[in-house]
Amino acid sequence: MTRRADLLESLAAHTVILLAVCFSLYPILWVVSLAFSGATSLEPQVLPIPVEPTLEPMREVVGATRVEPDGGEIWLFGRQLANSLVVSTATALIGVSIAIPTAYAFARFEFVGRREGMRLLLATQMFPAVASAVPLFMILEALELLNTRTGLVLCYASTSVPFAVFQLRSAFEAIPEDLEEAAMVDGATRFEAFVRVVLPIARPAIAVTFLFAFMTAYNEFILAATLLDDERAFTLPVVLQRFIGEYDARWDLFAAGAIVVSLPVMLLFYQVQRHMVAGLGAGGVKG
Amino acid sequence: MWQTRPESRDSPVCMVSVRAKQLIKRFGETTVLRGVELDIPDGKFAVLVGPSGCGKSTLLRLLAGLERVSSGSIWFGEREVTTLEPRERDIAMVFQSYALYPHMTVRKNLEFGLRLRKTDAATMTARVEEVAGMLDIAHLLDRLPRALSGGQRQRVAMGRAIVRRPALFLFDEPLSNLDPALRAQVRVEIRKLHDELGVTSVYVTHDQVEAMTLADVLYVLEGGEVQQRGRPIDIYREPDNVFVAQFLGSPAMNVRSVELARGPAGEWRAGSVPIAQPSAFAGLEVGRGVIVGVRPHDLALVGEAEADLRLRAEVVETLGPELTVHGTLESDEPFVAVLPAEHAVERGDTLALRIERLHLFDAQTRQSLRC
Repeated sequence: MTRRADLLESLAAHTVILLAVCFSLYPILWVVSLAFSGATSLEPQVLPIPVEPTLEPMREVVGATRVEPDGGEIWLFGRQLANSLVVSTATALIGVSIAIPTAYAFARFEFVGRREGMRLLLATQMFPAVASAVPLFMILEALELLNTRTGLVLCYASTSVPFAVFQLRSAFEAIPEDLEEAAMVDGATRFEAFVRVVLPIARPAIAVTFLFAFMTAYNEFILAATLLDDERAFTLPVVLQRFIGEYDARWDLFAAGAIVVSLPVMLLFYQVQRHMVAGLGAGGVKG
Repeated sequence: MWQTRPESRDSPVCMVSVRAKQLIKRFGETTVLRGVELDIPDGKFAVLVGPSGCGKSTLLRLLAGLERVSSGSIWFGEREVTTLEPRERDIAMVFQSYALYPHMTVRKNLEFGLRLRKTDAATMTARVEEVAGMLDIAHLLDRLPRALSGGQRQRVAMGRAIVRRPALFLFDEPLSNLDPALRAQVRVEIRKLHDELGVTSVYVTHDQVEAMTLADVLYVLEGGEVQQRGRPIDIYREPDNVFVAQFLGSPAMNVRSVELARGPAGEWRAGSVPIAQPSAFAGLEVGRGVIVGVRPHDLALVGEAEADLRLRAEVVETLGPELTVHGTLESDEPFVAVLPAEHAVERGDTLALRIERLHLFDAQTRQSLRC
């Protein structure tokens, strides 16, 4: 191929990529613009650039406080951010820790009910979370766990475990059994082989599963809105929704909130991606 | 080239004999091994050879403890190991896939077994360096397996087995992923290494060249049973049955079903082929159905008067020192002969051949009639 043809091909490829990037980034830039514009309503605007830049919406969202009946003041947004982070982290940790041994057993061992067990787990994925909202509400009410982080974590973990088991089972199945057998011949127990060989190799898959469980819990709205009615217990999606009322829509606060809410996920993603190095498992066995 | 440094070894090699008694292995309804007996003296190199599905890899996995026996027992020396875990058997295994830990450097791969045995750091370093020198992989110690070539990975897998100084080496088709040239080279090196280390080894392969060249003791397996055990050359010369006769040797032995008869002078014949040494066989009876076998190498090109059979050449392959002639006999049956390359044979020629050595098997039992 000639140099000129190479150049044209490269130009065409870059144009397509640039258009795709603009297409996906435009709404985000628009939200950023809205968050710093000070405009309280949605006004059509082609270029996502704030007309009168201001930090006021951001300050209003982040600085939200609440006066308690005892006269003390709490930093409401801080508490709500903590709710989201604690609930999501706990959900992901519980989900992944239960899913790892479960998925390994499904991937490696033959036992009575193995196939039925997987089907049952699959069946739980068929129903949307909202279908279980009412029974969950009743259970949490009976356990006096409404408006608590623990209650929310229990609900989220029960849905995150089956998905995590599916993800990790495939990951464990993809690891050649020869590696564990080599470790056992080398002197390891089955558990040592699992901890020293299988887990490190499955680290990228575990990281992805953790991230997915975290983000699902972090973004969840319907259950949170059903199970929480005390604003001190709110998670961030519920907080965001409250900015768009029936009679009063504060889009500037919504946009500022959306940006603040995104930051922890972006940070987490940045951290986790280091563990998602492709091809970590390559080269151990002939393939 | 691999070098050993016996003077640097800090402990003597502990060798074991390997015995298996009436080993049976079933997977559900399928019986994979049917009463296998092994008796491998200590320090010997035993090769288990057979076609795919004959049970040789399962047998090796039973020796390793990676599968449980259905019945029977396994003994390493005087110790029964039938129900012991792999880690309790003092063995090392080289896998077909090499099974290197992909997240560990070569050094960590070699150290893995020593760490699990709580070997002190100084001994561990010394052993790893000794083995790395022996296998010429010292320059690869800080690399990950994915940065190694197939041959290098194979050496690291060997190193991981050697560094532990086990009482028994198990090899599961370790050369099958190498290209032919490298395979031949590593084959020689494995044999040298065995001669230098003197550790009892059990080696599984489907490749008869590996089997013939490496083995002190050869086991030919088929259908979950040991068909024949012995020195490779003895098995090649005196196969116990038609399967072994045809499995070992390349090209495969020519066989055909015939009836025993007497010639005009009272001499024994298998079909039309005269039996030169009838005293070598038992149970010769006129009319008995037999399978006569002739190795392609056991033929000589002779004059018409001396010929036992005539072969019409259809394909002639020249392989340096010898010719392989594929063709048909007068009876239209396919037949292969290997002759020295100095004979000028061309397609369409009819060759007069004398049988130098002949094998007879019973037509029903397919067992050798040699006494």
